Amino acid sequence: MNKNILLYAAILIFGLVAPFVFPAFKVQLSILCVLIVLATTWNIQGGEMGYNTFGNILFYGLGMYLCASVQVGMFFPLAEWTESGGEKTFVHTPAQFFQGMAVGLVVAAVVPTIVAGLIGYAILGLRGHYFAICTLGLGVAAGEISGGIEIIGAGQGFTTPPFPEVGGLEARGEFFYFLSFGALILTFVAVRAIYSTRFRLILNAIRDNEDKAEAMGIETMKYKIIGWMVSAFFCGLAGGIMGGLVGYIDSTDVAFDGREMGVFMVLMAILGGKGTLWGPVIGATVFHIFKEGFWTFFLGWQYVALGVLIVVIVIYFPEGIMGWLREKYPEKFGEVIDEKDRKAQVELK
Amino acid sequence: MDFMVFQYPMITVQACLDGLLLGILFALIAYGMALQWGVMNIINIAQGDLVILGGYIAYFMYLYGIHPAWGVIVSPIIMYFIGVGIYKLVINKVVDRDLFISILATFGISILFMQLMNFAFGADVVLANSGYGTTMLFDNNVTLPNSKIFSAVISIVFAIGLVIYMKKSKLGRAIRATAQNSRAAKILGVDTEKVYAATFGINAALCGVAGALISITFTIHPYMGLPYTIRSFMIVIVAGLGNLPGVAMSGMGLGVFEEFADYILGTEFRIGAVFLLLVLILVYRRFKLSRKREYLK
Repeated sequence: MNKNILLYAAILIFGLVAPFVFPAFKVQLSILCVLIVLATTWNIQGGEMGYNTFGNILFYGLGMYLCASVQVGMFFPLAEWTESGGEKTFVHTPAQFFQGMAVGLVVAAVVPTIVAGLIGYAILGLRGHYFAICTLGLGVAAGEISGGIEIIGAGQGFTTPPFPEVGGLEARGEFFYFLSFGALILTFVAVRAIYSTRFRLILNAIRDNEDKAEAMGIETMKYKIIGWMVSAFFCGLAGGIMGGLVGYIDSTDVAFDGREMGVFMVLMAILGGKGTLWGPVIGATVFHIFKEGFWTFFLGWQYVALGVLIVVIVIYFPEGIMGWLREKYPEKFGEVIDEKDRKAQVELK
Repeated sequence: MDFMVFQYPMITVQACLDGLLLGILFALIAYGMALQWGVMNIINIAQGDLVILGGYIAYFMYLYGIHPAWGVIVSPIIMYFIGVGIYKLVINKVVDRDLFISILATFGISILFMQLMNFAFGADVVLANSGYGTTMLFDNNVTLPNSKIFSAVISIVFAIGLVIYMKKSKLGRAIRATAQNSRAAKILGVDTEKVYAATFGINAALCGVAGALISITFTIHPYMGLPYTIRSFMIVIVAGLGNLPGVAMSGMGLGVFEEFADYILGTEFRIGAVFLLLVLILVYRRFKLSRKREYLK
């Protein structure tokens, strides 16, 4: 326990100090925070519940559009804003910007949660690959449809309000960094709290055998929907922050980007290890470092590298880093293995 | 929303004919999907990208002065070997695993192909001009490009040919036996590994034919693959595995639906409507089955 507190304190201190120690990496660190949030929330579905979704991108994109729309719509006519395509006809004062951002983030988190609750009953009744394909369709459909709606910029995109002139570029970076770091801490604490309750056991029971769980008297549908709503809440929040950070929202390339973010969150969780608390965090960190570190070498070939990476990870490391560690050092995970049993295993191999 | 399509009967006829001819092509792709799903129990997200790749083969023949219709012969041959290659490299490692693994692995292949095609052929929308002209029907009110009729006929020929091949040939029998029970087939001396490779190759070849036809009748673009995958998936789940007349019917139904969605909602919502229809169909089936306390499996 003591060791854990030290670890958390170290991470917290690193997080608080990082933007001042590594000022050049502020944006990267904020993106990393958002990625960890996404991977952690995907893990609630894919890892704990056994429902491999491609559709969490729906909530992410929804949150992104909602946050920006609220932020603009609270003070200026939304249609004219998108019409002007980001020209400075309307300028947010600092107070307006932060007010709009605060309200926008709340809306961006709450509305996707409600949406998840509404569609959950219909969608979560599907199982296995039907669920995967259905959610894939949902994400792409959302992207295509939002790309045709005029008021949020249609195909030409939506420019989010620029950061007000209170401290220049440095202040902008720090603001978004602490926003995303706050979201990360909120997510991690919430998910950790959830995982320490009976709820996690119920989700695991659903993953292992849903029929049996139902026969044991668990209202599986209720818990599946709650799980999805939790994911949607944090995905929407992450989307809202990311929208402000990127500064420009496009329907298929930024918001409902199933080809990038939608796959990234699955990949990060699998890379780190599905069904563990720390797996997605480690996976997202490793993935982000790899992506930013090596992307420049593959300039132009990123997607090729990404495709190869997906295939390699899925085929050769389906258990992820945490799964590998668990197999290597089972004692550290509180698993006691009989020495005889292990010998028998080795002989079998 | 624009309901003009219902006010003028000729536009309705036009939409129906276009949709039927388009739907036959979809059915051909869906046939390949059903084949590999039934035999190997994998869902290939890269299906659409194989189609587009087949289309580029025909387009390249067109660029070098060969009539693109020959692509119908050349493209499946090349695609067969590409399919077998993909099987040997990736698919054979995911056949016996969880279905989600196969979805994710083929998703990776799909992204890879998309980008490689983007490098190789550029990001422009292209089409191979067959120069077949158009047929006018009903006092010139309905225009029907001959290339669409050509593609429908060729698709039907290939589909029927494949059905006969599956029924009569030795490999066809081996494929059907493996689909029924791969372990029993193995015991009885079927080399299932070879059967799987051949199945994936045949599927890729079918995609090649469909792609060549699409490059003649419609347009191709490196990023256009995923909608074809979703369409074929949808057709297969509506028709059911191993129900060939059903695949043809639901393929044509989907084609007609798309044409009407195009007229009513506008072209920008066409793909969105397809994906939304998939979600609606799955949800409908889920509610229908849940009344019997069952679920889609």
